[in-house]
Amino acid sequence: MKEEILQRSIDPAAQVMLAVAEKEHLETAWDRFEKQQPQCGFGELGVCCRHCNMGPCRIDPFGEGPARGVCGATADIMVARGLLRMIAAGAAAHSDHARDVAHTLKLTAEGKGGGYAIKDEAKLRRLAEEYGIPLDGRSTQEIALDVAHAALAEFGQQEGPIRFTRRAPARRVDTWQKLGIDPRGIDREIVEIMHRTHMGVDNDYVNLILHGLRASLADGWGGSMIATELQDVLFGTPQPVRSEANLGVLKADQVNIIVHGHEPILSEMIVAAAQDPELVALAKEVGAQGINVAGICCTGNEVLMRHGIPVAGNFLQQELAIITGAVEAMIVDVQCIFPALADLSSCFHTKFISTSPKAKFPGATHMEFHEETAYDTAKAIVRTAVENYPRRNPARVHIPDEKSECMVGFSVEAILAALGGSLDPLLGAIKSGAIQGIAGVVGCNNPKVQHDYGHINMVKELIRNNILVVTTGCNAQACAKAGLLRPEAAELAGDGLKGVCQALGVPPVLHMGSCVDISRILVACAAIANTMGVDISDLPVAGAAPEWMSEKAVSIGAYVVASGIFTVLGTVPPVLGSSNVTQLLTAGAEGVVGARFAVEPDPFKAARLIVDHITAKRAALGI
Amino acid sequence: MKEIFVRLDRCVGCHSCELACAVEHSAAKSLFAALAEAPVPRKRLYVEQVLTHKLPLLCRHCEDAPCVRVCRTGAMSQDAVSRIVTHDPERCIGCWMCTMVCPYGVIGRQLERRIAVKCDRCPDREEPACVTACPTRALLYMEEEDFSERMRRVAAAEVVEGYGRAQAV
Repeated sequence: MKEEILQRSIDPAAQVMLAVAEKEHLETAWDRFEKQQPQCGFGELGVCCRHCNMGPCRIDPFGEGPARGVCGATADIMVARGLLRMIAAGAAAHSDHARDVAHTLKLTAEGKGGGYAIKDEAKLRRLAEEYGIPLDGRSTQEIALDVAHAALAEFGQQEGPIRFTRRAPARRVDTWQKLGIDPRGIDREIVEIMHRTHMGVDNDYVNLILHGLRASLADGWGGSMIATELQDVLFGTPQPVRSEANLGVLKADQVNIIVHGHEPILSEMIVAAAQDPELVALAKEVGAQGINVAGICCTGNEVLMRHGIPVAGNFLQQELAIITGAVEAMIVDVQCIFPALADLSSCFHTKFISTSPKAKFPGATHMEFHEETAYDTAKAIVRTAVENYPRRNPARVHIPDEKSECMVGFSVEAILAALGGSLDPLLGAIKSGAIQGIAGVVGCNNPKVQHDYGHINMVKELIRNNILVVTTGCNAQACAKAGLLRPEAAELAGDGLKGVCQALGVPPVLHMGSCVDISRILVACAAIANTMGVDISDLPVAGAAPEWMSEKAVSIGAYVVASGIFTVLGTVPPVLGSSNVTQLLTAGAEGVVGARFAVEPDPFKAARLIVDHITAKRAALGI
Repeated sequence: MKEIFVRLDRCVGCHSCELACAVEHSAAKSLFAALAEAPVPRKRLYVEQVLTHKLPLLCRHCEDAPCVRVCRTGAMSQDAVSRIVTHDPERCIGCWMCTMVCPYGVIGRQLERRIAVKCDRCPDREEPACVTACPTRALLYMEEEDFSERMRRVAAAEVVEGYGRAQAV
């Protein structure tokens, strides 16, 4: 295989598909990335501004040209404003997703949800208690309606607190309040970013960044957490389940349907419809052995965690899945979906089906999905896929052999159950040093990094150093493909972690879900800190996003740091044009929120930063 | 010998060429690392705007170059074979005679020292950094003959199209 292809991905299945793509002259993100080189230096540094029409303005990073925009904005102002707008978009994406889930819960409670039900009543009741909603003598529907209304109210509310922020240790909440960054309402903080970053409003980079942290907290402890919790109520709280991951999960003799995007509201129904006897019979009629649903990106994680639906791949494999020639339908909702899929699927029999009124793609078949008619629409979509099976050209089918087993489904509840109902065994292992600490490794793929290289090497290095890894998103899928989510992967861990994993029968890398489920990691950290009587920033924990690319990742990074967790980024955010902002994020923040960012593209060096950080935190705790 | 040509209708004024030029003339040759360097990396070409028209100006490496002719210390010299005009900072005394005679105004100065800086056609690269960086391909690095041929083809196509229209009337 060509060196150039090997350099694009470490995943053998991806390499096989990239070779096919090259042979058939099919363009992928890697080709487009090359065509974008060299990328705009002003953009890379964050020193361009298009916030008003006196511009666009740029600042010369080498000091020869302009040092200020037309309005007088310095590099500090441009970089801080740009970063805030990324946070706004990321927080909006997670939170608008949450809004849809809350809306679905409301419709379900009102009996208008076209096929949804309340799967985790115990969690519903716990959430109701948290919101102060009376339980006695009330039906599940009544309680669910109140919880839905309470959650929906948090988006538009003008005064805080956002309920789930109070899951954080009191000291953390105190820090937020003293800094004036305790979020008031989810939408309010996002809107305020757009206001503050308008021409001529907030021009103090520290004041700007602080508000960015506030909006990100409204995501992590607000929007994202609401999405996670209410999805658990509607679709069930994940429990350990086994499945498989990588393009090898596609089946040569079945109708292959890929769900790609982020909201389980759609994928749950697709999974259900794919088991409908009528459609299974139709599949047989058209010559297929059955209907095979597989996931990509976070909607894939959602159905993987709850139903063991296999994963076809992570973010950078969305095009490769179509290039297998074996996909009857790629069904998408929102976020991280390449518009390039339309042209690519037109080179195959694959139907590219968009479903969200918020996300249309030129060239796609649009089959709009609404909660009230969810199951019927899902059936229609699956039927379209099944009817497409006879159009598959067997000569063009290239399904790679690669797939790996995985054990997933580690919600906080599932982790507690695995520990026997209490955090004590985990804390004991941490105190004894068998487990040195916990690292949340998350985030996207990015063609700036060899596909999965950053993810896999960092995670392997961390577990080798007895650091338990919790994972979500595309990192989780990379780990699944690499076999790191098998209990047997404990063999790759240091002796301490290996012993704990083997005793509990769990992998050294715990899949906690989708990107909104990073909120589960926050909940776990809060619970550990509360049990130990310390702040989150005192814990031997760290975060990392080795291959991040999206604005959502910026919001995540911001709320993780604002929650007191040291975070290492593997690709450089567009902030280096301002040494002041860079200094604040990578050093000054430590004295403000008790955590900071680091940027380290080399996953081995990045893992070392985390190991050293955890060692220092352990020493400070005296363990 | 390849030269840097500018397609006058292509420049959108993004200044990417300038940034790439400065980075290429840094010690690290990478944007992020170059930010903290001293001496501060300097660009050697300049995007100018006249009315709505934008265009990058850069050293034309003139034959019998005036900057070389007026340089009294030998800092400016023209390679006998490649005809590239380069500047030796160790010999430069900052008299700015070169600046006075350059018809394009493309000789700059180092920030920290009173000496000139100018385009050296990126001796470490196959294609000059400004050409690689240009997102609209306004800058082309090619033989003069090839560029002229390209211009002739465009002109010929326009003539033929005009002729065709005239015939149709």
